[in-house]
Amino acid sequence: MTHVDIPFLRYLDEEGRPVATLPTWLDKAMLHTFYRNMVMVRSYDKKAIALQRTGKLGTFPSHLGAEAVGIGVGLAMRPEDVYVPYYRDMPTLYVRGVPMEQNLQYWGGDERGSVFYKADGELSEDLPICVPIATQITHAAGIAAAFKLRNQPRVAVVTIGDGGTSKGDFLEGLNCAGVWHLPMVMIINNNQWAISVPRKLQSSAPTLAQKGIGAGVRSLQVDGNDVVAVYEATRAAMERARSGKGPTLIEAVSYRLGDHTTADDATRYRESAEVEAAWAKEPVKRLRQFMADQGWWDEHQEQALLAEASREVERAVAAYEGMAPQAPETLLDYQFAELPREYRAQRQRIIAKGMQQRGGETRHE
Amino acid sequence: MSEITLLEAINLALHHEMERDPDVVVLGEDVGVNGGVFRATVGLRDKFGFKRVIDTPLAEGLIAGVAVGMATQGLKPVAEFQFQGFIFPGMEQIICQAARMRNRTRGRLSCPLVYRSPYGAGIHSPEHHSESVEALFAHIPGLRVVIPSSPRRAYGLLLSAIRDPDPVMFFEPDRIYRSMKSDVVDDGVGLPLDVCFTLRPGRDLTVVAWGACIQEVMRAAALLAEQDIQCEVLDLATIKPLDMESILASVRKTGRLLVVHEACGSFGVGAEIVARVTEEALTSLKAPPKRLTGVDAAVPYYRNEEYYLITEQDIADAAHQLMENKWL
Repeated sequence: MTHVDIPFLRYLDEEGRPVATLPTWLDKAMLHTFYRNMVMVRSYDKKAIALQRTGKLGTFPSHLGAEAVGIGVGLAMRPEDVYVPYYRDMPTLYVRGVPMEQNLQYWGGDERGSVFYKADGELSEDLPICVPIATQITHAAGIAAAFKLRNQPRVAVVTIGDGGTSKGDFLEGLNCAGVWHLPMVMIINNNQWAISVPRKLQSSAPTLAQKGIGAGVRSLQVDGNDVVAVYEATRAAMERARSGKGPTLIEAVSYRLGDHTTADDATRYRESAEVEAAWAKEPVKRLRQFMADQGWWDEHQEQALLAEASREVERAVAAYEGMAPQAPETLLDYQFAELPREYRAQRQRIIAKGMQQRGGETRHE
Repeated sequence: MSEITLLEAINLALHHEMERDPDVVVLGEDVGVNGGVFRATVGLRDKFGFKRVIDTPLAEGLIAGVAVGMATQGLKPVAEFQFQGFIFPGMEQIICQAARMRNRTRGRLSCPLVYRSPYGAGIHSPEHHSESVEALFAHIPGLRVVIPSSPRRAYGLLLSAIRDPDPVMFFEPDRIYRSMKSDVVDDGVGLPLDVCFTLRPGRDLTVVAWGACIQEVMRAAALLAEQDIQCEVLDLATIKPLDMESILASVRKTGRLLVVHEACGSFGVGAEIVARVTEEALTSLKAPPKRLTGVDAAVPYYRNEEYYLITEQDIADAAHQLMENKWL
């Protein structure tokens, strides 16, 4: 008989108190890096929602509450790894080098928001944000298979929500990762809600991580509000994957503190008491408390960081608002590597329409 | 040069391109050890190894999606679906991912891949093994749709499909997989993916067709020629992009258009061709253009297949009607 045993990894409890022997890599500088990025993306989140409310941004999915998951995963990756995000993954993309204004650009309706660059200026191989639920898992499997085929010590990292684990593509990709022994790390951001449908209506399995057991994949849960646990679990999983020891499925247990997107109103379907209880466990405060208890953080540093985050967000907003739109005909220019003859007339039509609507001139990138 | 079947031509092209380009990988259900249920991939695994000729788990959505991931890394996956009727779990990946990757990343990433599958009725298959749904894919921006109708064109078009930097749906008419042979030189020369092929010149009537139907069309054209009706037969070959230049040039010469396809007629590729011809060459037409297609029914189980498929006589009758039918 098979015994299902899903370990649960946590280092810092809700009050920021250590509950396990801390990882050896943990030091003041590392925690400052975590904290700084978590504060940055939280400041960004608040601003992005405000921009949407004032008509300056399209629909935006808040990542409030997912800061530890996103930052922990992103920082555990190397530049040469490939990240396969879904739509709530701005924090991971941010630490992978995608500036805030580019995320605004994406949600502001401009495809150039997916032209990612790496820190060294090279074009990134990370996939663009994936909107169709769970389809990204199979892409990560394909990328990991390419790494394996070419004997490259790289890892494909993919994230998905709790609702996405109900889809066939998740199970098919997970199964493939196991049977092909792929260098692949899958992280479920279990934030308890798939729009209005709670976790308990997605699966009767006690954990989502145990879905990996059926695929022969090493599987565990972590406290998704504990960035130390998220980072350590991802780091260890990546090390295994990179050294040929196969894939890992990590369920990060967290909570979606905001609405699903700015088009959603979560008060329609969940109790405020539940959200208040979740706020007591949120990731930013927990890390700050731990650092303060170590004497690694004080109010002066806190205020300085908040002010810096505010400046950085305002800079990004200004950069976003200053972006010239793409030329209208670019809507056809990237359908194929080279536009087939057949579509040339359509392209001319769009150019003419653009000129008409923009008073006689088209703008160019 | 050797006489080979269409199926052998597919296999030859796969061998050629895997040999030439180490980035080409073949994946799908039973493509490895078994060499594919039709044997299209036979021999590849022995020659190129299990890392490049990959038996996947039985999951079409996975096959479609894994190919997308591989392609973003610069591999050139040739993914096989065992039958066109089994592609549907992979549709989301094909439509929402493969067809859009270049556009949504403004060219940063792309999907140089081929999705292959046999298609069509006429081989006494079980249900769901006989579909002709090329129009579904032709409707999707970002996809190319290719259908060969002879061993030579199968070889050349598949080479070009694999070399193309964007996703190509490559549908192989299984009814003529083994029923005909022609000379194919393994010269590695691809055929263009944006022009149709004039199989027979003629002055009276333009017949546009593709896939297995070409057999019946060519026989009907020979029959009609004996009755002094000269058909110009165009093998469309690349459903998308559609080579309207060649079709319009032919229609302007003949003044009559007949489109023949096995798929059901409503909202089909024939409707698109007829619409474009009427938009662009109405005054050249001596008679209303005509479609001869499958009926709007699910492909019947095989005992009634013969009523569904287009026959040589159907085509000859339609041609006669067109010749007699004049504008009022």
